[in-house]
Formats: sequence, structure tokens, C-alpha cells
Amino acid sequence: MIAGLGLLVGIILGLMLQPDVPLWLEPYLPIAVVAALDAVFGALRAFMDGIFDDKVFVVSFISNVLIAGLIVFLGDKLGVGGQLSTGVIVVLGIRIFSNVAAIRRHIFHA
Amino acid sequence: MSTGTDMPDESAPQLTGRARLGERLKRPISRGQITAAVLLAVLGFAGVVQVQSIGAADVYAGQRQEDLIQLLNSLAAASQRTENEIAQLEETRSSLRNDTDSRQAALEEAHREADVLGILAGTLPAVGTGIVVTVQDPSGAVGTDQLLNGLEELRDAGAEAIEINETVRVIAQTSLTDGQNGVIVDGVQLSPPYTIKAIGDPHTLAGALDFTGGFTDAVELPGIGGRVLVDEADNVEIATIRAPAPSEYAEPLQNE
Repeated sequence: MIAGLGLLVGIILGLMLQPDVPLWLEPYLPIAVVAALDAVFGALRAFMDGIFDDKVFVVSFISNVLIAGLIVFLGDKLGVGGQLSTGVIVVLGIRIFSNVAAIRRHIFHA
Repeated sequence: MSTGTDMPDESAPQLTGRARLGERLKRPISRGQITAAVLLAVLGFAGVVQVQSIGAADVYAGQRQEDLIQLLNSLAAASQRTENEIAQLEETRSSLRNDTDSRQAALEEAHREADVLGILAGTLPAVGTGIVVTVQDPSGAVGTDQLLNGLEELRDAGAEAIEINETVRVIAQTSLTDGQNGVIVDGVQLSPPYTIKAIGDPHTLAGALDFTGGFTDAVELPGIGGRVLVDEADNVEIATIRAPAPSEYAEPLQNE
């Protein structure tokens, strides 16, 4: 309930403030969002499984974002930023799919 | 991974996931809920910002390659056209400016020429270096012959404006006739002594009158008994002017 409200508040804030993305953050923001999305679905799945721990959620959320950003940064420095971003997105996408599948099994028993 | 997604503990669930979710929704306040809310707020904020920045920046993101190439080509052509237009307009501007400049120069030249011609034609008053010649004629024997001679000499010496007795401006059409008590210049009866003012180089003008057998000699011949005084002056003023005489027969030859 409060979690859903938090999401709503964040979206509304973003829509109302409409901040410009600073230039240095531009390549990392999409990856960071996807990584955070992965952490959120992972947390939801853990919650469904009854093993949710808020400390683990916080740590995984932050470390996911940081590691994703770090990989993109490294890729930029090595000259393979685009490919590495794609790789990270693919991996995170697979994880999101498997998490969503587990959640789906919990909710619909199918 | 430490995302809390480690091996779902399917072996000992006291509740199904759905029931647990439903129960938690009814019981809102807990530390975990608040943490999740904060993190989800951050996620929502970042997601919306990213979506908006993408939406604002990439109008052409979804277009096909051929379309993009065509778009690029048409933009390049448009910029080429615009540059051509700029070049053309700049050329026009510079030619107009040149035109104005040359027109200005021509106008100034014309003004200068009009001044010179005005002085020569006697329509403008003039001032400058020159000489003042006083011809005394006690016996009344100085006439057209001598004066005409003198005026011719002054002309030859480059006099730009000549005036006699401060009454008659001598110009190209000036005529001299012998009268009863002196000469008649352009219909004006003048009486001696004659004062001839001429603007030009003073030395040259004085020299033109002074040579052997010249004006001075002719006037001072024993038979005539006149006397000539030549004063070189820095500031000879000729105030008499002539109305411009319209030419009755001659017309300017049009060159164009």
C-alpha cells in the first residue's frame, strides 16, 4: 500500500518537476532505471516467497544501480559502451522476466 | 545475487504469496513498506524523467534508415539553398553599397565641378590669391586694344576669375567696346582708372603682364601715356557675379 503510494508520488513528482537530466548522468539513467526495476521485481518475488527482507532490498536496489552504472562507465572508457549497455539490459531483462514468471505463478497459480 | 531473489523457499510456505500480499495491503505501516515506498518513489521519479528526456530528444529515433537518409539529404539541400541565397543577398548588398558609394563620389565630383565651372562662368563669387592691377589713364588713350590684350594675357596665365572695377565679371562671352569716356564692357560703361582683379597664381599673373612688349609696355607707350600698377595679394575677393546665360542654340551632346 505505502509502497504503491511511494511509486505514485515519485511519478507525480517527476511529471510535475520535469527536471532536465544532467549531461553526465544521461548514459547511466536508463540502465539504472532498468536495474532498479529488476531489484523491485526481485523484491516482490521474495515477498511472495515469504523471504522478503527490507535490508536486503535496500542493499540490492542500490548495488544493482551502482553496478549497472559502473559497467556502463567501464564500457564507455573501453569504447564498447553501447554493446555493454545492451548486454546489461539483456541480462536484467532475463532476470525481470524470470522474476515476473515466479510472481505470476504465485498470484495465478499458473 | 543479493536481490532477495535467491532460491524461493517453496518448501515451507505458511501462506501463499497472494494471501501474504493481500494481508500486507491491509496492514500498511511497517519499516519494510516504508523502505520499499522510498525506493519505488526514486524508481518512479527516475523512470519518468528518463522517459521524458527520451521523448523530448528523439523525434527521429523510430524512423527507418532510408527515411533518415532522405531527411538528411533534404536538409543538406535546404541548407545549400539557404547558403546560396545568403551569398546572393550579400552580393546584392555589396553591389548596392558600391553603387551608393560611387553615386556619392559622383555627386561630390559633380559638386566640385559645378563650383569650378561656376567660378569660371562667373556665376559664383570667388576668393583667393591673385593680383590687383590698376591702370591709370590720364589721357584717355587706353582702350579696347590694350585691355583686351591684358585680359587675354591674364587668361593665358591661368586666371580663374577676373573682374573689372568691381562692376563687371569677365567671362567667356565678355565683349569690350570703345566708348566715349572709357571702355564699355558687356554694355557697362567703365571709366578710368581701371582696376582689374584676377585670381590665380600671383607671380604667373604678374609676369604675364610684365614682359617686354606686353600689357604694361603697351599701356605705358609714349603715345598712350597710361600707367600700370600691379599688386600681388593673398586675398583677392571677386564679389560680382553673372546670371548663368542659357545657351540658345547649343545643347549638350548626349552620350548615351
